[in-house]
Amino acid sequence: MSGAGPRISIFPTRMALTTMKSKLKGAQTGHSLLKRKSEALTKRFRDIVQKIAEAKREMGKMMQTAFFSLAEVNYIAGDISYPVQENAKNAQLRVRTKQENVSGVMLPVFESYMEGGNAFELTGLGRGGQQVQKCKENFIKAVVEMLVKIASLQADFVILDEVIKVTNRRVNAIEHVIIPRIENTIKYIISELDEQDREEFFRLKKVQGKKKKDQAIADKEKEDLEALEQDDDGDGTGRTVDILGDADDEDIIF
Amino acid sequence: MAAQQKDRNFLAIIGDEDSVTGLLLAGIGHVNSQQKKNFLVVDAKTPLSKIEETFLEFTKRKDVAIILINQHIADLIRPLVDDHDQAFPTVLEIPSKDHPYDPEKDSVLRRVQRIFGE
Repeated sequence: MSGAGPRISIFPTRMALTTMKSKLKGAQTGHSLLKRKSEALTKRFRDIVQKIAEAKREMGKMMQTAFFSLAEVNYIAGDISYPVQENAKNAQLRVRTKQENVSGVMLPVFESYMEGGNAFELTGLGRGGQQVQKCKENFIKAVVEMLVKIASLQADFVILDEVIKVTNRRVNAIEHVIIPRIENTIKYIISELDEQDREEFFRLKKVQGKKKKDQAIADKEKEDLEALEQDDDGDGTGRTVDILGDADDEDIIF
Repeated sequence: MAAQQKDRNFLAIIGDEDSVTGLLLAGIGHVNSQQKKNFLVVDAKTPLSKIEETFLEFTKRKDVAIILINQHIADLIRPLVDDHDQAFPTVLEIPSKDHPYDPEKDSVLRRVQRIFGE
């Protein structure tokens, strides 16, 4: 009996066999679909990784420009860090999150937007207002163009990494656990059904044999009877049966 | 998860004085109703525990979408940064004025390398 591997505990019937077969088909379809999904995600994942690496290198340059303009501000307007930190009350530059659908996985995309007025209108009013504005623009550019983009990529990266892991786990589970188990169950059911068939056949054979034997005995008796009858209405040439004789009787010994 | 992401509007920053000043100038600074700031200036005198505390606070806040952190400061609390594996808020290491950016140290890029086994 091939119930060697683990199998689903089920009663071996033809009905169960049909169910198992359709289950196997479902598992196989699911497996190929999931595998394709995993491949699509991996492709996307590699794209993102490449983009992250590129963007991070670019970020270095951009931040350098921004810091340089800040140095200019410091040179002309003096240290502006204290008023800037004190004036920070309401975020003007904010991000919102959008969703992008990649093979059924929701990936976040950050998008920056401006809200409210400029909190630093008076900063650098005395001297270096132009430099402050330039510095502000540079930093806004760095944040809006690079940092937000990299942050989206990074969030995508983390989520995709997780999803790919889960998908691969599922693919492997179906391939190495679920499908073998269903196959084992099918084998088990088939072998059990064969066994039942053989038993049934043997039983039928036995019954037939018994019937034949009975028939033979019945035929013989009938033949004997007919022979007797033929004898009776014949001309007596046949074998006479001595009714009173004790041919059939066994000797009685007292 | 989608509902969670909707409320995340702010960028938070942990950095040296110049980075924080520049980014605040760009307009990311926010002080909420509990007088909690979304930025921290780290200088030579800032204790490590304060940085760690702030980083953890930012990661737990529900309104922060991106945490910007100077790479040399991220190095100080590297285990914490590496442990942060959630997508939200996203931790982004940025270069600072005095410390050039080193891709080898970036927690995300290191994860990339680990995955592709380079």
